[in-house]
Amino acid sequence: MPSKVNDAVLGLGAPGDDPRNPWFSWSYVSQNTDTLLAALREHLFLTLVAVVLATVIAIPLAILAYRVGSLAGPILGFTGVLYTIPSLALFAFLAPFTGIVKPTTVLIGLTMYALLTIVRNTLTALRQVPADVLDSARGMGYGKRAMLWRIELPLALPGIMTGLRIATVSTVALVTVGELAGWGGLGELIIGGFNSNYYRPQIMTATLLCVALALVLDLVLLAVGRVIMPWTRRRAA
Amino acid sequence: MSVIDDAIVWLNDPLNWTNPDGIFARTAEHLWISAAAVALGCAVAWPLGVLMGHLGRGGPAVVTVTNLSRAVPTVALLTIFPLTAIGFGPKAIILALSLFAIPPLLANAYLGLREVDPEVRDAGRGMGLSGWQLLRKVELPLAVPYLANGFRIAAVQVVATATLAAYVNGGGLGMIISRGFGLGLASGGGQVLAGGLLVALLCLIVEGVLALAERALLPKPLRRVKHRPPASVADALPARS
Repeated sequence: MPSKVNDAVLGLGAPGDDPRNPWFSWSYVSQNTDTLLAALREHLFLTLVAVVLATVIAIPLAILAYRVGSLAGPILGFTGVLYTIPSLALFAFLAPFTGIVKPTTVLIGLTMYALLTIVRNTLTALRQVPADVLDSARGMGYGKRAMLWRIELPLALPGIMTGLRIATVSTVALVTVGELAGWGGLGELIIGGFNSNYYRPQIMTATLLCVALALVLDLVLLAVGRVIMPWTRRRAA
Repeated sequence: MSVIDDAIVWLNDPLNWTNPDGIFARTAEHLWISAAAVALGCAVAWPLGVLMGHLGRGGPAVVTVTNLSRAVPTVALLTIFPLTAIGFGPKAIILALSLFAIPPLLANAYLGLREVDPEVRDAGRGMGLSGWQLLRKVELPLAVPYLANGFRIAAVQVVATATLAAYVNGGGLGMIISRGFGLGLASGGGQVLAGGLLVALLCLIVEGVLALAERALLPKPLRRVKHRPPASVADALPARS
């Protein structure tokens, strides 16, 4: 980890508009393409693993909370408390046990936060399925299982996709916090840039890449949603 | 487990509490930075949200602001702001944190005014209230539960996010964690764990206190009904830090 130098040690005041330290520089980008791409890849990897893991765990959990009413309170309450705890504190809880050599610590943390968003959105979406729709399905002889797969989940899908999009965008931003726990993707470049003489081009380029990654993934999910839910296309966005 | 023992030992050392950069000083620092950021956020977001809600304009803009704020990493703003004209020090950190307080404050203020029953608004108009009187005597009092809800969400959000000031040596309880990581997990693991515990505890206490305050602000007849969070822009979870 880079040492945390501060301005007092370096004898620098607040950096003014130094022409040698511009906010953006193409030569920085062209000379460091490999570093930037490696950080971007790590960022994408951490985001995707966390969101996929979270989805796989969260949707069954939400269905369970939906079906077994007495479990909804504890599940929502527990996730709410967890959500109040800042990510850095969560990493601090985990790191002494899971270490910082492998991305385990960061992945567990990221997965947990994404999980909470998806569980809440899925549960809300399932609960918003109109009662008369459920009634008519029951009247048509749907069993519990068929009702879930053919009525409840399809009708809840727009809400579930919204949850996925929120979770993905938040996770991209949150990965940067993993820097202290050894795995921060583009966050390593942002904080590394700050710690090596406040290197503005690196901070700015990594930040822009991070925001761009979030927007691109959001658009991808939006497009996926339109493909798998053709009936939502007619509505204005 | 030895890490847990280390954490207990670290917490049991009175110097770690009373040092100039000890737990007491760091907590005070954490709280005043957060309070300043929330105050600044309120000063900007409430008038704006109330005005937009009163006029019934700008709903899509509120949603856009909320969504955009999720995509911007807190860490990036915390590193960028000190390098601009704002300069190093608490000012840059307070400003960065206040930006993350704005979306929940704005969304709830807007929603609170929009949720006022149109018939109540009509009745007010029929009684001859001007736009300003309607806002002051009818809409704002009815929006108080929403404003309080937004305040709690924003404040908890800021207190949690203030931990990240440690990445730029900006003070607060996060410094205990970052110093611990700086020592390496072998010797600083206990401190890391203790710091995480303190931060989590502070956030849960702030959340609890504000939830009680929110309840106290709610008019008595409404308290018996189970408090339902609003079902629109504002019920989406705040950006995580």
